[in-house]
Amino acid sequence: MTTTAPVASPILETRKLNAWFGDMHAVKDIELSVAPNTVMALIGPSGCGKSTFIRCINRLHEEIPGARVQGEIILGGENIYARGMDPVVVRRKIGMVFQKPNPFPALSIFDNVAAGLRLAGVRKRSVLEETVENSLRQAALWGEVKDKLKAQGTSLSGGQQQRLCIARALAVSPPILLMDEPTSALDPISTARIEELVVELKKDVTVVMVTHNMQQAARISDRTAFFLLGDMVECDETSKIFTNPQDKRTEQYITGRFG
Amino acid sequence: MDRHIDVELQRVKQRVVLMGGYVEQALEEAIGALINRQPQRFDKVEEIEHKINQAHIEVDEECLKILATQTPLAKDLRMIVSIIKINTDLERMGDQAINISHNGRHYLSEPALKPLIDLPRMAEEVRFMVREALDSLVMQDVDKAREVLRRDDIVDSFKNQIFRELVTYMIGDPRTIERALNLILIARNLERLGDHATNIAEDVIFVCTGEDIRHGGKDANRDEPKK
Repeated sequence: MTTTAPVASPILETRKLNAWFGDMHAVKDIELSVAPNTVMALIGPSGCGKSTFIRCINRLHEEIPGARVQGEIILGGENIYARGMDPVVVRRKIGMVFQKPNPFPALSIFDNVAAGLRLAGVRKRSVLEETVENSLRQAALWGEVKDKLKAQGTSLSGGQQQRLCIARALAVSPPILLMDEPTSALDPISTARIEELVVELKKDVTVVMVTHNMQQAARISDRTAFFLLGDMVECDETSKIFTNPQDKRTEQYITGRFG
Repeated sequence: MDRHIDVELQRVKQRVVLMGGYVEQALEEAIGALINRQPQRFDKVEEIEHKINQAHIEVDEECLKILATQTPLAKDLRMIVSIIKINTDLERMGDQAINISHNGRHYLSEPALKPLIDLPRMAEEVRFMVREALDSLVMQDVDKAREVLRRDDIVDSFKNQIFRELVTYMIGDPRTIERALNLILIARNLERLGDHATNIAEDVIFVCTGEDIRHGGKDANRDEPKK
């Protein structure tokens, strides 16, 4: 594997992380560190393990029957796979946005964003209102929905729904936000808004994002990791990966010679 | 199977090489006219320079199209960016051939100041650099590119030698000033041509290795105080 020196004082670090689906070894010995307030892009052909990798980060992978994980993931100095660690508590610290916008059906815009807080036991109306507004503002959606907070989340456009999901994830103030191809179902304008948003969000959170769009990775990430067949082939500054990758396989993938 | 971008890059590269061929021709005509005292050959230089300018526009157009439609990355990206720069270098080399023609015409309008000895040798070095730089681009040959860089020092010392010699003429007899100045300008034009060939060679090294060696490399200038 080709990497530059690991980042100084990472907020998130994986150590010898392995993941399986039954006998299928999907993620192999991944050692990756992510610096706080940066965007890390994960690229690679379909089936290379990048989505599985980020699903390990918030302990979603283990929910699949027959799936298992080995290794450590250190978040803020703590191993989230340590014995006794509650996955629900982990997921509160690590927000996730999926490929297709998935607002809770039958819940209003307000309730969608407030859902995480209510689960965490927040009941006070003023706190809920303030947090919902802040989260929607952070997700650059407030201006568009402030007059219809009671409308259903699913009544919004695809791009708005995705920003609603981002607001929902942000509401519980997670230090890490995982995004699994967050714009692949969106039109170019919605995509551009989400991309601007990700760059903006860096002030408050650390983002790890899977993307199939090379230009997207190039535009918004600070570092990029290239995955292939479960291995991490190369991880480096994004500008370097896209102008002068060190590994032949990275070069071949990003110039469209395979994948 | 060739990728679509391979076909397009190949096409634009061929056009650049053709343009480089025009530059070589222009230089050969300009220097041939001067050395053999055949001013009518300068007209040919202008004709060729017209073709260079045309190619300059077309290459830029094709590069823009590739950037817009293929969004090249990694080596493809380095190649297209370098072609854009090489295109500019070649166009300026055409301009330098024209400058040699202008200065040469002035020089040839009067009797010869002296037998030209160093200037043809310098021109030969520059022609070698231009040819080698273009070959290194076609063959993606880093060794050839490095050879061009090495030759630039030889061209520079020729220029200094020519300057020194002509200054002694001017000091000795002010009536030689105009002719000596024309030769000095031509030596300067040749030196600039060599510099452009050097730029091309540096770009070729960048395309092949990803290493930017201009100005002694990226790290060499990092701590320099701002002027």
